[in-house]
Amino acid sequence: MLILECPYCGVKAEETEFHGGGEAHLKRFGPGSSDDEFHGYLFEKVNPKGVHFERWRHANGCGKWFHAARDTVTLEVFGTYPAQTSEPPQDIKDKISAKRPGWSWREFA
Amino acid sequence: MSEPVSALNGASFDGTVAVREAGLQGMITLRGDLSSAKMKKAVKNATGAAIPGTREIAVSRESAAAWMSPDELLLMVPYDTAAEALGKIDAALKGEHYLAVNVSDARAVFEIAGAGVREVIAKLCPVDMAPGAFEPGTIRRTRMAQVAAAFWMVDAETVRVVCFRSVAGYVFGLLCDAAEPGGEVGFFV
Repeated sequence: MLILECPYCGVKAEETEFHGGGEAHLKRFGPGSSDDEFHGYLFEKVNPKGVHFERWRHANGCGKWFHAARDTVTLEVFGTYPAQTSEPPQDIKDKISAKRPGWSWREFA
Repeated sequence: MSEPVSALNGASFDGTVAVREAGLQGMITLRGDLSSAKMKKAVKNATGAAIPGTREIAVSRESAAAWMSPDELLLMVPYDTAAEALGKIDAALKGEHYLAVNVSDARAVFEIAGAGVREVIAKLCPVDMAPGAFEPGTIRRTRMAQVAAAFWMVDAETVRVVCFRSVAGYVFGLLCDAAEPGGEVGFFV
């Protein structure tokens, strides 16, 4: 079972109190972008075996969206952090590097 | 004028704990910047309570202020005075960016009392109810079986549960089932 800690209310709860919101740190392409960019934004999601970044919502709690960095194989959660950011904070990256040296995910490593 | 009626009209059940629909409760949802001085004053005026810390509930006589999220409080006042309390908030927060709504009739409140209350809640919610982990003064918004609910401990043997009025029958059924005699687990004893 996946256990996440909401960075807003500090509640450490199991998966059923949250709702997954798909991949994190998407770059949005809307009006003015090319068809390829828009297609990529809509459909080309990564589905890695290992380190992954996701959006989650504390649906049955404070209702806030946040980010989670976790391993899709072991369900280990490296950390959660607020949604008001466009890239993972350095301390989360450091934690992942300590446990999964050489990891990379999209443009982050 | 029609008479206000609570969701289940005070339904009750005696099992391993006593389950009772607590009747009408005035409730106000208040959203805004919880750190502002005006907000502090508005909450004080309306309930007499201070702004609660994260996941806390501040009680002042018959009123209370409960922390719901980083920008939301649930104010509880006697049912008859909800409109008056709302007026006080609107006056205190005039010109601020905020939202205050009387949601008294959108909710149902249950009170469960008895030595086994921790166990009854623990059967239904994914929350650590061990003494020391959850104590009076803390409020927790979570999932109760399939619906959203919030609860807090009034004292060591009394818990109040708030849910949406539309699922009051469901929540009452859940609580009664979890309190069915013979279903004691004895984990927290």
